[in-house]
Amino acid sequence: MAREVTPARKITVTIAAWAVGIVIAFPIIWMILTSFKTELEASSLPPKFVFFDWTVENYAIVQQRSDYFHHAMNSLIIAGGSVLLALIIAVPAAWAMAFAPTERTRGTLLWMLSTKMMPPVGVMVPIYLFFRDFGLLDTRIGLVGLLCLANLPIVIWMLFTYFKEIPKDILEAARMDGATIGKELIYVLTPMAVPGIASTLLLNFILAWNEAFWTLVLTSSNAAPLTAFIASYSSPEGLFWAKLSAASTLAIAPILVLGWFSQRQLVRGLTFGAVK
Amino acid sequence: MATQQTQALGRLLVSPAVGLLLLISIVPLAATVYFSFLNYNLLDPGSVDWARFDNYTYFLTDPGFISALINTLIIVGAVLAITVVLGVLVALLMDQAVVGLTLVRLLVIAPFFVMPTVSALIWKNLLMHPVSGYFAWIATSLGLQPIDWFTNYPLLSIILIISWEWLPFAALILLTALQSLDVEQKEAAEMDGASGLSTFFYITLPHLARPITVVILIETIFLLTVFAEIYVTTGGGERTNNLAFLIYSAALKEYDIGAASAGGLVAVVLANIVAIFLVRLVGKNLDA
Repeated sequence: MAREVTPARKITVTIAAWAVGIVIAFPIIWMILTSFKTELEASSLPPKFVFFDWTVENYAIVQQRSDYFHHAMNSLIIAGGSVLLALIIAVPAAWAMAFAPTERTRGTLLWMLSTKMMPPVGVMVPIYLFFRDFGLLDTRIGLVGLLCLANLPIVIWMLFTYFKEIPKDILEAARMDGATIGKELIYVLTPMAVPGIASTLLLNFILAWNEAFWTLVLTSSNAAPLTAFIASYSSPEGLFWAKLSAASTLAIAPILVLGWFSQRQLVRGLTFGAVK
Repeated sequence: MATQQTQALGRLLVSPAVGLLLLISIVPLAATVYFSFLNYNLLDPGSVDWARFDNYTYFLTDPGFISALINTLIIVGAVLAITVVLGVLVALLMDQAVVGLTLVRLLVIAPFFVMPTVSALIWKNLLMHPVSGYFAWIATSLGLQPIDWFTNYPLLSIILIISWEWLPFAALILLTALQSLDVEQKEAAEMDGASGLSTFFYITLPHLARPITVVILIETIFLLTVFAEIYVTTGGGERTNNLAFLIYSAALKEYDIGAASAGGLVAVVLANIVAIFLVRLVGKNLDA
């Protein structure tokens, strides 16, 4: 079965793969290192890798000057709220399409997918005016609603592909044994559906956390999530690299951790089940 | 097959999602169409009147539109070329007997999870800064003249940043596809005396054709509307405006609602051309 791999080949590919991995991740590694330097060392040449005076002062300054936690909380509420809301709408829909498909289900699914292809700038003007007229500009509730609708097609699609894999025979067996629809739902379907729902939640939370069109266009300070908060560093005052790095590290750390758990779902979710 | 009762229940469960998506996809689009035929400036909201096709002629003949369209196509084309070619190579490498593959995969996938504003600012300042950026240090150490990335090659700089963000996506999808390739098929080819290269061109690459198509279509949809990377690095301008940024500037910097709406519809048409192919491809997969 397995091909014989010579030790020499194994060593070569291992070194090459690690080198490639480190080069690709280097900007992130470098950013994390810089966040622990003083501003002076952050821009000094030659660059210092590990032999500098490690300090956490930048993290304290970022919180003090710009209230990092306020923006992190906004990110959490906007990303979390929009995904939970989307799940409430999507779970029944995906369940119905997977278990009681009609001749129209295929068309409905593809139409839903096509709504996701709409470029945000195509509808930016009316959405902006709507937000302005209803006092939703720079509010979290406005973004929760909008991002919920923006991600709804992906949420439904991901759930659908997961629900589709639950064997239908099991349902029939349960029904034969006299299970009611309620019992069927609690004891049979839910345990089998939970992993798919969890993966969907995870990936869409990540997408909403990193969303950087609507959050930049529709917020200014009150409801600004971390994407918009980091964007405020684009007009710098004086030395700011270490502080930028600290703020950035804080902004991406939770997602890096969550993201690494969701690698497999990423492929499936973002290709709408076209690659598994 | 589902009974009539469950079908009725099914329709009931699907209708909220369908209703909301109809609302969000049709109402704003219709409003955009409506605005695109108006003379409407937010600075002068009192004098709104019909513009007929003036917004379209204004937007489409604006020299800024042509350069933005070209920039859009350059960004999409260049990032696709870079990420697909490098993605195939990275995926092939990771499909080997690598020690510690799980960790390597974590390193490779990491950039995809970095929010666009962070990626762009870290690259612009920490790496591409002409004096104390990391690249400048490498260039000086090699005795070369450091490149002033954003002054001299702003569009290329943005393309490099976006390619870094999307390379993990391409590599991960292609790796997933490679792992489903039948090992025995490759072995048989090798036993028949096929060289590594011909195995790649006659077995591996055809197997990757479909996932590569998926990568191209999905990336194109996102790349057509690149926004944050331009917003935080150059803030737009003739040299780096893409269509999305031009429309944003027209709406929220010049407050020209009519022209921005006309431009928005141009972007919708462009995206739809790609969308048709993607929806077809996914639809085929649904039947399989």
